[in-house]
Amino acid sequence: MDQTEAMGRMIRIGSGQGFWGDDLEAPVRQVEEGPLDYLMLDYLAEVTMSIMQKQRQRDPEAGFARDFPPLMERIFARCIEQGIRVVTNAGGVNPPGCGEALVEAGRAAGVGGRARIGVVTGDDLMDRLDALIEGGHELRHMETGEPLAAIRERVQSANAYIGAAPIVRALEEGADVIVTGRSTDTALTYAPMMHEFGWDADDHDRIAQGVVAGHINECGAQASGGNALVDWWTVPAMEQVGFPVIEAHEDGSFVVTKHPGSGGRVTRAIVTEQLLYEMGDPREYITPDVVADFTSLALDEVGPDRVRVSGVRGSARTDFLKVSIAYADGYKAVGTLVYAWPDAAAKARAAERILRARLDRLGLAFDEIRVELVGWDSTHGHLAGPPPPDLPEVQLRIGVRSGDRGAVERFTREIAPLVLTGPPSVTGFAGGRPRVQEIMAFWPALLRRDEVEPHLNVRILEV
Amino acid sequence: MPKVQLVDVAHARSGDKGDTANVGVAVYDPRDWELVRGALTPERVREHFGPLVKGEVERFELPNLHALNFLLHGALGGGGTVSLMTDAQGKVLSTALLRMELEVPAEVAERVRGRGRVPPGFDPGVAVDG
Repeated sequence: MDQTEAMGRMIRIGSGQGFWGDDLEAPVRQVEEGPLDYLMLDYLAEVTMSIMQKQRQRDPEAGFARDFPPLMERIFARCIEQGIRVVTNAGGVNPPGCGEALVEAGRAAGVGGRARIGVVTGDDLMDRLDALIEGGHELRHMETGEPLAAIRERVQSANAYIGAAPIVRALEEGADVIVTGRSTDTALTYAPMMHEFGWDADDHDRIAQGVVAGHINECGAQASGGNALVDWWTVPAMEQVGFPVIEAHEDGSFVVTKHPGSGGRVTRAIVTEQLLYEMGDPREYITPDVVADFTSLALDEVGPDRVRVSGVRGSARTDFLKVSIAYADGYKAVGTLVYAWPDAAAKARAAERILRARLDRLGLAFDEIRVELVGWDSTHGHLAGPPPPDLPEVQLRIGVRSGDRGAVERFTREIAPLVLTGPPSVTGFAGGRPRVQEIMAFWPALLRRDEVEPHLNVRILEV
Repeated sequence: MPKVQLVDVAHARSGDKGDTANVGVAVYDPRDWELVRGALTPERVREHFGPLVKGEVERFELPNLHALNFLLHGALGGGGTVSLMTDAQGKVLSTALLRMELEVPAEVAERVRGRGRVPPGFDPGVAVDG
């Protein structure tokens, strides 16, 4: 038996979005420019859930990735005709709303009567929060240990990170497109593997292999040459970068590649960089379905733009699911001005001093005032050293944060006056006053999985 | 011994989880793995970042990838949505680590110098061939 036979049947799972705001053309290229069995689209990040929550507060029909239904309208017919099934967490804090919009998109795309949409719900804990707390679940902050009760009245959304099970169920029920809320990013890739290959829940190594595949797919082109530091100047045709395609085998091993003829690059070093992204303890990469050991995997370049991943070991899942809670935590605003040579940095620092004194004289209280000189120290801080006297220009960037909206509001009116009442050679105020933003902070906690899993539900909508 | 910067021997990527940033560092050449593994102690990394990291620095090894992963606690000004930093999600903290200076044998310095930087004469306006 050759190696290919030992690896078993193969399916292709392409990545089409790495975050909400990613390349709108990428999923279209994925389904048009090469073979695919599944398309996964990751729209969610810690920050995204709170943004969607704000949108739902303004409009009860919002709260999902608005880009997704119009995207499906473009690719729906092709996906149905070629049998490409789509798995996404675009549902955000409103999967049913996303499902409804998808039905409309499907009809507009001419797939009425021949497409099914699976909508996964039950990850949303908002309505159950008080009952959970009364039932003894303290939902302590995973880093500070503080119980959720301390900020309960400020909570805006609470969602459990859920695993593959409801996606697998929706696939079994024949859904062509599956929309979830806070599914883990990785589950969007390994749920199709579990479904296709019939892996058992206790098949830890193979599911862990799927988790690694999911980690590679979840950031889109970051695994195929985008935002990769290694030899970035040699990566070809990024204007039409091929997003990653996982060729997954029944035995759990897989090859990371991209469609032939697309731009970008897949090498061992580029895949390594993506594996390290948002990594915690590599020996214990915890997901709802398995704990994967990233120190056990092997990477092999097996051809141009082809990296084989094998050997991943996994162990049993924990009894807990992570919960993502967003809560209102005050206000912030950021203002900027640009100072030009000569002595650009000195002018910006003098402006900072004057502004701070004015804020003091106004008696405004802030939890934090942060000043950066963009073009000098905004990303490397003191490691950038002192600015050279001939720095051609610098952007002064001042941010403030406070529980008092009024204080932040007043701050936004103190930037423009610096143009005529501060150091010279200043410009770049065309954008108007800075905007006051309400802060939605993130509260990670753990909850027993048996408090969540019985509530998970899959609803099939016929287009 | 001559000095090089970490950028000459390794590439890196960083990301966030709340107020904690991670920086993953992978060597270009497996021959430099032991050197980097020995030099980048958590204490040394803590000292390098100085006031940029408020809390502890944890280190994990991935020998299979010739890589190290660092968790920098309290590095993001409160994290994603709260932070006032330009780099609120620590996306480029990896490059701040790559500034670190390393003492290396002369033959290593000779081999690696300039490895992580665009070559002289590189023109970003010209498309590269696959």
